[in-house]
Amino acid sequence: MAEDINFKNLLKEISIPLLAILSSFIIGALIVMASGYDPIATYSALLQGAFGGLNSIADTLLAATPLIFTGLAVAFAFRCGLFNIGGEGQLLVGGLTAAWVGTFKGIPMIIHLPLTLVAAMIAGALWVAIPAILKAKLGVHEVITTIMFNYISYSLVAYFSLKVLANPGSIQTPDIEPSAYLWRLSNVLDIHSYFNIGFLIGLIVLFVIYYLLWKTTIGYEIRAVGISPDAAEYGGISAAKNIILAMLISGALAGLGGAERAMGLFHNYRNGFSAEYGFTGIAVALLGRNHPLGVLFAALLFGALFNGQDYMNMLAGVPVDLVTILQAVIILFVAADLLFRRVLALKPEGRKGE
Amino acid sequence: MEAILEMKSITKEFPGVLANDNVNLDLKKGEVHALVGENGAGKSTLMSVLFGIYQPTKGKIFYKGEELKIDGPNDAIDLGIGMVHQHFMLVHTLTVAENIILGSEPSDKGRLKLSNAIDKIKSLSDEYGLNVNPNAKIKDIPVGMQQRVEILKALYRDAEVLILDEPTAVLTPQEVKGLYKIMDTLTEQGKSIIFITHKLKEVLTVSDRITVLRKGKSIGTVNTTDTSETQLAEMMVGRKVILKVEKKPANFGSIKVEVKDLKVSNTRGMLALDNVSFDIREGEILGVAGVEGNGQTELVEVLTGLRKADSGLFKLEGQKLLNQSARKIKEAKVAHVPEDRHKHGLVLDYSIEDNLILGYHYKKPFAKGINLDFNSMAEHAERLIPDYDIRPRNKEILARSLSGGNQQKIIIAREFDMGPEFLIASQPTRGVDIGAIEFIHKRIVEQRDQGKAVLLVSAELSEIMSLSDRIAVMYEGRIVDILDASEATEEKLGLLMAGSTVKSEE
Amino acid sequence: MEIFQQIFNLETFSSTLRMAIPLMVAAIGGMFSERSGVVNIALEGMMLAGAFVAVVASYFTGSAWLGLLAAVIFGGLFALIHAVVSIRYHADQVVSGVALNLLAAGGTVFLLNILFNTSGTSPSVNALPYWGPFKPTVYLGLLIVLISHYVLFYTPFGLRVRAVGEHPHAADSVGIDVEKIRYVCVILSGMLAGFAGAHLSIGVLSIFREGMTAGRGFIALAALIFGKWYPFGAMGASLLFGFFQAIEIRLQGIEAIGIPAEFIQTIPYILTIIALAGVIGRATPPAASGEPFEKGKR
Repeated sequence: MAEDINFKNLLKEISIPLLAILSSFIIGALIVMASGYDPIATYSALLQGAFGGLNSIADTLLAATPLIFTGLAVAFAFRCGLFNIGGEGQLLVGGLTAAWVGTFKGIPMIIHLPLTLVAAMIAGALWVAIPAILKAKLGVHEVITTIMFNYISYSLVAYFSLKVLANPGSIQTPDIEPSAYLWRLSNVLDIHSYFNIGFLIGLIVLFVIYYLLWKTTIGYEIRAVGISPDAAEYGGISAAKNIILAMLISGALAGLGGAERAMGLFHNYRNGFSAEYGFTGIAVALLGRNHPLGVLFAALLFGALFNGQDYMNMLAGVPVDLVTILQAVIILFVAADLLFRRVLALKPEGRKGE
Repeated sequence: MEAILEMKSITKEFPGVLANDNVNLDLKKGEVHALVGENGAGKSTLMSVLFGIYQPTKGKIFYKGEELKIDGPNDAIDLGIGMVHQHFMLVHTLTVAENIILGSEPSDKGRLKLSNAIDKIKSLSDEYGLNVNPNAKIKDIPVGMQQRVEILKALYRDAEVLILDEPTAVLTPQEVKGLYKIMDTLTEQGKSIIFITHKLKEVLTVSDRITVLRKGKSIGTVNTTDTSETQLAEMMVGRKVILKVEKKPANFGSIKVEVKDLKVSNTRGMLALDNVSFDIREGEILGVAGVEGNGQTELVEVLTGLRKADSGLFKLEGQKLLNQSARKIKEAKVAHVPEDRHKHGLVLDYSIEDNLILGYHYKKPFAKGINLDFNSMAEHAERLIPDYDIRPRNKEILARSLSGGNQQKIIIAREFDMGPEFLIASQPTRGVDIGAIEFIHKRIVEQRDQGKAVLLVSAELSEIMSLSDRIAVMYEGRIVDILDASEATEEKLGLLMAGSTVKSEE
Repeated sequence: MEIFQQIFNLETFSSTLRMAIPLMVAAIGGMFSERSGVVNIALEGMMLAGAFVAVVASYFTGSAWLGLLAAVIFGGLFALIHAVVSIRYHADQVVSGVALNLLAAGGTVFLLNILFNTSGTSPSVNALPYWGPFKPTVYLGLLIVLISHYVLFYTPFGLRVRAVGEHPHAADSVGIDVEKIRYVCVILSGMLAGFAGAHLSIGVLSIFREGMTAGRGFIALAALIFGKWYPFGAMGASLLFGFFQAIEIRLQGIEAIGIPAEFIQTIPYILTIIALAGVIGRATPPAASGEPFEKGKR
């Protein structure tokens, strides 16, 4: 079975995200200039911050790690025709769960580590379960319900982390046990970065998802439901079952992203746990055309942007929110599918063969 | 008679397709001029050019002697050209009157004023015998009346030329007669009608002259009195067409499929299926005739597990299958060629290879556990593609890029190859070119000759009559009668389709 | 019983109205957009942008009224992006909405930084004056609901909007410019959402705070669905949601009940979900909602 298209088509498909990135950078440059800053200094500071030196590169990969998970989460749901906008909340819930399970004492690492990861995945999946069921059984649009759950998670996670788990007076939960640590590269190399094997786990998960989607009957069914729920139903494929499955896997992936933060980066849960990873994940998925490989590259791009933005702020003075704006513009351009297809004279997607 | 409309040397190009190639058409005042051709011959395109929806690449249009440019539907409407579309352009949530005035709404200081319009609609309705209630919502009126609303739309705008695009597709034979009467009244009053169809019998009944299109070109214009069905069919297709399918004599076995007292309610609480019962024997094709919308779709959905029945019985070789899942029913060797191949039969963005296992993908040989077995899938595709003449012969191509006929062949290849015991084929040749139609008919008969049970649902009476051994007619969710094919005539079937019962002596 | 009195009194009524206004005006905006066939989940972003622009304009001109005007105009312009991308370039309308929300979120904070050198809260500006017990935006908001009902059901434009959203090809076949109507409706939705945002920043308060819309744009969408895409329905739903938002503050003050403040914060969102779950099955959006219009396609 041909999982993808032939090379020429592939090239054409890649060119759209590339053009989107290029266009957004040009617009970013214009905004920067209009605000009285130097675009060249801005972008070179950004670049330096992201890749200038071993520590910076490690930090870029570290910044990309949660985006791999949230991007994959969104991409996977998209493959079933679903918009999981709740990655942010699922990541927080997963992260808090990991921060909690990670504190259990007296468990050997060989059990504790996977246990904590699985707990985070389950938490993320549970957090999306209600929107999933509402969609599968009642047809309620998952965009609004997942967004609502984001807002609910902000309040509840704040409560449980600060008022239940944290020691009085502390703004973070107790540190997790070393048996739940994700091993950091800084243990052997002389770097400051907290880059850890969570990245490796991300790569493994990318491959697993790729395999799941294109080499298994599960993926065949999920993608069929995403492309044509009616045809899938005709083919004996249960749309409801697959919608729920896809959403749960999606939530679990986002939860896993939270686990990496808790077990690799912070070793606890704290205020400011997530730097909008869930929403950036949407941009990552879109830019990566909902394909695991694309998600990887997009995550690396956004990780670079995120890592470099502080340096950019420091050196060129531009507020870090420029990066958010760049993100938004990228999404807009990727979404304006037809715009680039016209420019590149590609056949519009979804047109019946004539 | 003077020509009121002349389309000269009309050519319309789309990217990759020459839809109209130097076509000439003239319309005399007060005539009914039929425009015939197969699907894709260019009839709708030509009329869209006339109606201003498209601009011709080349060619001129003359109306009442003057050369014109028609820039859009508004221009055409202003000139007095009205179009009754095949797929009604009516907004279901609005009333008849609102639909009719849409686009030229009468208003008083910004506020909608419908009263004058309603009066005019009432008087037009009476004048032409259209019998339409201006205040009814479109979703609440029957299909035949909806069509008359479309006609009213044109008349309301003082149309002199009416284009009717496949108007009889959704009408019973009796409603068709009603339409013919309306057309008579219209031409008596000096209106001119262009009548688009692919149904030859109608054309011979109702028209004065006929223009035949084939693959974008005009083959010729003839007087109706000078021509015959056979000649028209030849012009349409370009070669001698056998209008009947060859069939071995019947060799029925024991009863294979039992259906009893199926009851299904629809969303409005009415019965979509009202105590439907029939049997099918081994080696038999049971055709189901009827105007669309009388329960055929629901019947097929119930038998294939896509819809739940309220009560009843459905057995295949003794196995109870009613209200089982679609997957279980497939596993019981029930194959389904669906009526809407884009919606149901194919995942358009999957390749031919992927589509050839749809519904069977989770079993051996195509899967081991959850892992897909690509070798088996490839073998399967490489065997079926030449066997069923699917073109182009490349299993990686997405189903979306194939023609309707080839898409249908994928479905047929898949369903037939699984070795079904009970084959359900719903509108199997809709939108399919004649070459593929012959192929599909042959294959269906093959299944029958191998001793399978076949349920054939079709809106094309000729298809039903040539393929079936027995014919059931559905009307308002009931099976009105089941006739032996040898006894069935178009007239009898037509009466049954309209709900009357036939006494064979009459 | 004391709790009862605490909840059902005049103060609650005026809070309810104040909380409901941005919801209902934004919902009406969403109504026009969706009724014409364009899904708009960017009400949140448009509201936020409007809130911000109102404060900026008020800051630089000293006039809150100019701030209101600026919010409305800018909201329309912001929505134009959604319109162009969705209508002309056939973007997935949900994705475009998400992008716009992001753009507003990032853009407002970015500009907050550039213009006022703060991150989080703008300086205080001139707010709208009181007209009796309420701010002008409250009265104007109610007026907007009335006018919208009239426009949608008693004018040719409204008829066309409804036709375009249900069956754009039918409208096209009688010569109606489907795209134009959709552009107008989407821009209108931005203008109204901008108005709603201005009510928040220079009506109720006199500052802009980062993320101050806090999901109201989505609650407005829920109110729209709850109200079955009718102006008065949206208004009723907005009042209901506004009521719960109003008492949330009141209940928080009564922590004697023992419910943590954070739990009470979640009530509006939970209610929205319940509303959506309960309403589905009876509520059907305009038939052509969410699908780009392609001329000539059957």
